[in-house]
Amino acid sequence: MLRYTIRRLVQLVGVVLVLSLLLFAWMRLLPGGPVSALLGDRSTPEKAAELTKQLGLDQPIFVQYIKFLGRAATGDFGVSTGVQPGDSALDIFLQRFPATIELSFFAIVIAIAIGVPLGYLAAKRRGGWFDNFSVIGSLIGVAVPVFFLAYVLKDAASVGLGLPSQGRQGDINATRVTGFFTLDGVLTGEWDATFDALEHLILPSIALATIPFAVIFRITRAAVLDVLDEDFVRTAEAKGLTAQLIRRRHVLRNAMLPVVTTIGLQTGALLSGAVLTEKVFSIPGVGQALAIGFERRDYPVLLLLIIMATIVYVVVNLLVDLSYALIDPRIRTR
Amino acid sequence: MVLGLSSKKEKIDGVAESAGVSLAASAWKRLRRSPVFLTGAVIIGLFIVVSVLSPWLAPHNPSEPMLIDQVVKARNEIPPAQPGHPLGGDLQGRDFLSRLLVGSQQTLIVGVGATLIGLAGGLFLGTLAGALGGWVDSVVMRLVDVMLSLPSLLLAFSIAAMFAKPSQFTVILAVAIVQIPVFARLLRGSMLAQRHSDHVLAATALGVKKGAIVFRHMLPNSLSPVIVQSTLVLATAIIEAAALSFLGLGNPDDRIPEWGQMLGDVQNVFDTHPHLAAYPAICIIIVALGFTLMGETLREALDPKNRR
Repeated sequence: MLRYTIRRLVQLVGVVLVLSLLLFAWMRLLPGGPVSALLGDRSTPEKAAELTKQLGLDQPIFVQYIKFLGRAATGDFGVSTGVQPGDSALDIFLQRFPATIELSFFAIVIAIAIGVPLGYLAAKRRGGWFDNFSVIGSLIGVAVPVFFLAYVLKDAASVGLGLPSQGRQGDINATRVTGFFTLDGVLTGEWDATFDALEHLILPSIALATIPFAVIFRITRAAVLDVLDEDFVRTAEAKGLTAQLIRRRHVLRNAMLPVVTTIGLQTGALLSGAVLTEKVFSIPGVGQALAIGFERRDYPVLLLLIIMATIVYVVVNLLVDLSYALIDPRIRTR
Repeated sequence: MVLGLSSKKEKIDGVAESAGVSLAASAWKRLRRSPVFLTGAVIIGLFIVVSVLSPWLAPHNPSEPMLIDQVVKARNEIPPAQPGHPLGGDLQGRDFLSRLLVGSQQTLIVGVGATLIGLAGGLFLGTLAGALGGWVDSVVMRLVDVMLSLPSLLLAFSIAAMFAKPSQFTVILAVAIVQIPVFARLLRGSMLAQRHSDHVLAATALGVKKGAIVFRHMLPNSLSPVIVQSTLVLATAIIEAAALSFLGLGNPDDRIPEWGQMLGDVQNVFDTHPHLAAYPAICIIIVALGFTLMGETLREALDPKNRR
């Protein structure tokens, strides 16, 4: 197990290095790079040349990359040119990631809390109206562009339900401990701050949850259907176990492997979806920084944030693979 | 020789199954009666017909600002529905209905283009890795691993952001490249599974050339998951193209409209004129749903587990 984990972590380092090299080369070789983005309309050839030299963009690309790696080792990933001009890319990431983690966490909790039970029920009542209805619903769920749904929720629910239409801005008067707004209120006893933060999270996390929800629902349904056909379920029924016990110990446990795998893969959808959702709800998170970064071609910020997103994605999926052993004892013995 | 072998193989399969129906034939038999598949097929059929005929169906030229007077007079007001323009105009005073109709064509091009490029790339890499094995396989699969270790939509955003001048083509390319590793994995998997199967062994024993084995025996037998995946990619490609436009990474030239672009470009007026976003969004949802319905029912029908 330990050996396996270490091997996967070494692989991760390789992936990150290759990826950073690709991103670095690709972003630097572009015409109209950060220089023209920084100067905009005020660009003159002299100014551009001066800035190019100042940013070290006139050196060979591999020299730039080696220097970049050296600086990155000390936490210096360069200075933002577009998102928050002048701020260091690492600071931008550190400031912003709690908001994105909070949003993604609530989204995945919603997706699992509704998707898994619904998938189980649909499988149990295969072919019934509830099954058909929810399957069609989940297919529509993946067909709706995330940002469109976010706008609809923002407009409809803020008017109809009186929920805040903007994400948390971070300007409320509350004590900051961790940067996680929901957590800070709990830690300092400022419960109204926690409620305020939660209220601001409802709509964005619902918007972000739709696709993971639809996918988790369908995989759960398919996995439960597979398990329900198995001989051991019939045996359990035949020997008179209660329906509840069969569900918990035999059906759900055996259906969990594909579901957990899917949950891991859906963190990818969360990370990309956060770019769109945070832009719609103006949430000052990593996703918003990426959205602005893409628009303004802020390479230092983009480079760091994309690599961080990759690391999170790979590590989550590693944890998922490791959790197989907890769910399925047959894997543990191997 | 090769042909004789394959026909013999079919005969043996037929005997084993007693009914003598191929997988494709039995799948089609079930699909024909599936209301879900038929719904998807009708949606997609209509979509294709409309997009092909759209230049004649559209009442006006989609790129001509014929209602611009109303926009200017009312200081950036969006022209409402009126005789001759049942859906009114857009931000530049162009006939909205015509843009929606003509937009279907570009949307079809984006979907099909991205799917075909992704498929071709995946087919090439997957066949290479699966058929040759060894170090080629290792190199290709490491590359695929790197691509798959980025969340897919984020990869599409990054690729699109790398072009200095975004266009329809860069949108198609960004969406397509993301699909290459998915197709490559699918193909490699089924190629590997077949490398030691009896029909490949038989062909090798008969002295069939390696290329012929790969293209005449292994590839055709790997196609059904690829067809299913392509149908599903057609849906996601259209949605992802919309997301690219929303982030300002789409085609800036909107003379010839595309639904994703129409949806992504009106974000600033969503609060005041939601219909400008709602119509293209509903079109995208219906078409994506159509492709998904077809893809999911195809997957079930082509799955040998479900044969009865």
